[in-house]
Amino acid sequence: MEELQDIVVQVRRDIVRMVHKVNSGHPGGSLGCTEFLVALYYEILNLKEKFDMDGIGEDLFFLSNGHISPLYYSVLARRGYFPIDELNTFRLINTRLQGHPTTHEGLPGVRISSGSLGQGMSVAIGAALAKKLNGDKHIIYSLHGDGELQEGQNWEAIMFAAGNKVDNLIATIDRNGQQIDGPTEEVMPLGDVGAKFKVFGWDVLELKEGNNLEAIMHTLKEAKKRTGKGKPVCIIMHTVMGNGVDFMMHTHAWHGKAPNDEQLKTALDQNPVTLGDY
Amino acid sequence: MKKYTDQGKKDTRSGYGAGMTELGRTNPKVVALCADLVGSLKIDKFIEENPERFFQVGVAEANMMGIAAGLTIGGYIPFTGTFANFSTGRVYDQIRQSIAYSHKNVKICASHAGLTLGEDGATHQILEDIGLMKMLPGMTVINTCDFNQTKAATIAIADHHGPVYLRFGRPKVANFTPVDQKFEIGKAVLLNEGTDVTIIATGHLVWEALIAAEALENNGISAEVINIHTIKPLDEKALLTSVRKTGCVVTAEEHNFLGGLGESVARTLTTHHPVPQEFVATKDTFGESGTPAQLMEKYGLNNKAIEKAVYQVLKRKA
Repeated sequence: MEELQDIVVQVRRDIVRMVHKVNSGHPGGSLGCTEFLVALYYEILNLKEKFDMDGIGEDLFFLSNGHISPLYYSVLARRGYFPIDELNTFRLINTRLQGHPTTHEGLPGVRISSGSLGQGMSVAIGAALAKKLNGDKHIIYSLHGDGELQEGQNWEAIMFAAGNKVDNLIATIDRNGQQIDGPTEEVMPLGDVGAKFKVFGWDVLELKEGNNLEAIMHTLKEAKKRTGKGKPVCIIMHTVMGNGVDFMMHTHAWHGKAPNDEQLKTALDQNPVTLGDY
Repeated sequence: MKKYTDQGKKDTRSGYGAGMTELGRTNPKVVALCADLVGSLKIDKFIEENPERFFQVGVAEANMMGIAAGLTIGGYIPFTGTFANFSTGRVYDQIRQSIAYSHKNVKICASHAGLTLGEDGATHQILEDIGLMKMLPGMTVINTCDFNQTKAATIAIADHHGPVYLRFGRPKVANFTPVDQKFEIGKAVLLNEGTDVTIIATGHLVWEALIAAEALENNGISAEVINIHTIKPLDEKALLTSVRKTGCVVTAEEHNFLGGLGESVARTLTTHHPVPQEFVATKDTFGESGTPAQLMEKYGLNNKAIEKAVYQVLKRKA
């Protein structure tokens, strides 16, 4: 667990350094989901050594809330999908690390473009159906923002997955309660998200400590146990947006804003180098 | 003039159904999705023979496009089916992000395109879909003219890697192209050689163009008729070869003149060989209820309208 925590801290550094360098990008949601994505990629996903688009014979992950690309890129790079130094090119002209993830430039690890919100659940379901057709027992994991659930396509997908027993899918909702214009419950109340999934026919797990590695690991393992039982599985993961950088926490203010030089220094001081900077 | 015989009126959507039946038997990677319009898309046989490779998504087209994109990851070739209206405008961003930009091997198969959908009216008669789809980078856009060609196109697109928009229609129309034709994406079909004018038609207007050409011949006008089934990529070579000979062109399509085949042809001509062009197409308008024949008459999309456009363009050529 200590090793994982070191990775988390290093990924946080990557995130704030990436967005600071180009003065753009989305640190808040990225930091909030760092523990989750590190746990998923380092401990949970059963991955093949080399990336291929079809991903037959391995678990797959789909990021629906594509704006947290700094986190995604950092974890993919550190997990060996592409050189860590390439994080230097985030959002720069001619980069494979586009503002939002895409397959267009052929970045290994990415299987769909995302960022136009609300589309990832459908894609994940399609990939899960392909796994079933292929007799491939591996699991599809996906991550979605809570604000993103305001897009109606999600509810089409949620209905489909339950109605068609897509039980090789674990969809995690980042319930940080924030979106661009403010708290979700003020912008467009989502209410009890878990209850909504449940009433649509999903098996729902509440992860109250979504920034606690041990709790995340426990819940992901429990979720995996619940696959293959006729229901899609959903994790409502309660996180703190901006986690690990004190002035970015508990607010939507850092959804899509980069730190200045001084703020960067503070953020990095709070997260001293572990694995080494890119 | 070369003679074409109607082998018996059939709907192009049944050509899609027949193509899917064959693909079901020959290509285990082909899967079908439908948004509550199985009967309209004529895919009953595919479903009966391949129940495990069919996904009914209900009235949820956005989800259908996303699921189709996901199914390609794992090696499948998804064919989505619904009306043209709900295959394009309704789900444009899903197609743009999850399919086109992600370069997913999805075949978007769209029935009931254009005015010939008929009595249901303008809510369902899309006349903008060719434009919407051809503007997407990497998207192949096909509009077939009869049953045989639609069947051949359906089979052919399974072997083409990349997103495709296949457009066809509802009514029974003349079935005149060869049963065993080889469908080549992006290759124009020269139906009749002529010297005075080039008529470039797509979809249901191809048969109308042949009728018009025959009437023109009786009045001493020699019309070259080209069937453009693939609007993108456009067979520019074929149409430039023709207009260099004839010196003028009429384009004909069941679509708005903004964004359709005519504009693609015009862009090619203005770049390489400007000549007078007339557009047989709807003129920036919605449709309405009526029988297909009434609507095609009222909106100027039949053989008479093509003839008239030919006389008009010949005047400008002179």
